[in-house]
Amino acid sequence: MRDHPLVQLTLARMREFYREPEAIFWVFGFPIVLAFALGIAFRNRGPGELRVAVLRGAGDSAVAAGLARAPGLTAAVLDSGEAQLQLRTGRVALLVVPGDPVVYRYDSTRTESRLARLEADAVVQRARGRVDPARVADQRVTEPGSRYIDFLIPGLLGMNLMGSGLWGVGFSVVQARTKKLLKRFMATPMRRSHYLLSFILSRLVFLFLEVAALVGFGWWMFHVGVRGSFAAVAFITVLGALSFAGLGMLVASRARTIEAVSGLMNLVMLPMWILSGTFFSYARFPDTLQPFVKALPLTALNDALRAVMIDGSRLSELGAPLGIVAAWGVVSFVVALQIFRWR
Amino acid sequence: MLAAPIYCAGLAKRYGDVVAVAGLDLTVNARECFGLLGPNGAGKTTTIEILEGLTAPDRGEVAILGMRWSGGADTRALRERLGIQLQDTQLAEKLTVEETVRLFRSFYRASHSVDEVLGLVGLEEKRAAWVGKLSGGQKQRLAVACALVSRPELLFLDEPTTGLDPQSRRQLWDVIGRFRAEGGTVLLTTHYMEEAERLCDRVAIMDHGKVIALGTPRSLIASLGAEHVVEFALTDGATRAPSATELAALPGVRAVRSGPDRTALTVAEVHRAVPALLGLLERRGAELSLLATHHATLEDVFVSLTGRQLRDA
Repeated sequence: MRDHPLVQLTLARMREFYREPEAIFWVFGFPIVLAFALGIAFRNRGPGELRVAVLRGAGDSAVAAGLARAPGLTAAVLDSGEAQLQLRTGRVALLVVPGDPVVYRYDSTRTESRLARLEADAVVQRARGRVDPARVADQRVTEPGSRYIDFLIPGLLGMNLMGSGLWGVGFSVVQARTKKLLKRFMATPMRRSHYLLSFILSRLVFLFLEVAALVGFGWWMFHVGVRGSFAAVAFITVLGALSFAGLGMLVASRARTIEAVSGLMNLVMLPMWILSGTFFSYARFPDTLQPFVKALPLTALNDALRAVMIDGSRLSELGAPLGIVAAWGVVSFVVALQIFRWR
Repeated sequence: MLAAPIYCAGLAKRYGDVVAVAGLDLTVNARECFGLLGPNGAGKTTTIEILEGLTAPDRGEVAILGMRWSGGADTRALRERLGIQLQDTQLAEKLTVEETVRLFRSFYRASHSVDEVLGLVGLEEKRAAWVGKLSGGQKQRLAVACALVSRPELLFLDEPTTGLDPQSRRQLWDVIGRFRAEGGTVLLTTHYMEEAERLCDRVAIMDHGKVIALGTPRSLIASLGAEHVVEFALTDGATRAPSATELAALPGVRAVRSGPDRTALTVAEVHRAVPALLGLLERRGAELSLLATHHATLEDVFVSLTGRQLRDA
């Protein structure tokens, strides 16, 4: 059993991978660093404190004191030149000119500025004696599943499956070709199918670790859960990994140099990094582009992962995206086998 | 009578405008060590790779151990019986010696144990070392180990000792010797004539994709008609140099070859030719800057056939 060629080839693949520290970082470390950095940078904390300037002049200190007492606002009294400068550069959201009428100067296309104007106006009106007729109460919630990090983790998972599938397979194949190792294998009775299958098998072993590392980190650090079943996540990731391994095989099927295959990899991956909704929703792209975007394997994979992890969908509801992922894999693999350069 | 381990006839292969092999016939007999000799670009590697079934010839017939490279199951069955070392394979650097041998071993039905094959090439102590950490000679012995692991009947070695120091080269010669002692047949290419003379029962000297001489090293050297080569050069060049006819007339001289920086005489009897040469030069008032004699080698055979040195051919 241990001396079966498939076992030995798969072991060789795995050893070559885990004895390469850089590869370990890019596959395991990098997505976690990315998730951590983006999760921190885009955590839900609301607009934060809004800075408001009050122009120096009669009545300025009373207005400023009133504004400073309001929750979510800070106020400073500034001279005209300084106030204009800070408004223009966005360091203050609003400039209040006391007097009659009270003048609000701000950029109405900035959400922050419009919010500051509403808040400041309420303070100014109440100071002049306005009484709110209705009683209100605020209830604040933060719902897991609606945060950016909940959107991001499945996307990073998809992106990582793409990256390690393409690099893991494509790079090793081309390296074996440039080092004439492929030709050396061809001089033995080794079956070609064993060689190709060994890539798939070693991918599946590492896939398990990759997924566990990223999903585990998301849960531990940000409490990103999996609303659907773990079995569904496992099925989708395996399908995704196989599909991208097929694409990696296709990319590597003819290339003779590492430079050539690197270029091809980037050509394949770059559009998907941008278009496939890893970091932001692909709904932002124009309608004419949507059919193309949705036909990309990473888009379909990300959609399926999000459906299970965020919405708790079942596999039976995901026929369309999973079909797209599978089709890419099968077609790539079949074409790769036809055109593969074995030496 | 069993088929010859290697038979080929009318072999031809071209790459674009470059003719690599131009009509080649060879038969290698069982238990023979056969050498393909020639300068770089003579077509040695193309020939051996055609015989190994890795390159398809444009024309010609090949039979290895009585079988043809027909693809499919026959090809796999034939590969089980061959050991192949390629000229430019770089084995995976991050695998250990043992892991590499075990990997190659897994491709074959019948095989040596890992211990046996490491013993054959003398790499027992390196079994846990990464391939990337081995010396050039150790890497070559590992490559040969991967070729020997299947207990082959026929071993192909493409420039197995190129770039190795003399000690590593001798270690590899020992490995080949042990394989032959077990009854194996070897085809090797080399551009070291000394290696061919030492190892090979017969050699074929190749140039421009053709065999230009074939025979035992001894018979090829004997075909020069003399066993020694005397080389000399003069301090002030051509002005006082004796002509080729004068040199050829000296006692014991069989052939004269003038090179750009030295003149070589093929001689039967050094003890008669050298005093005569010195006498002639003295009468001419020419002064020697170099005088050397050596036993005739295959290198001299190549030079006499092509007019070129092997190394810069």
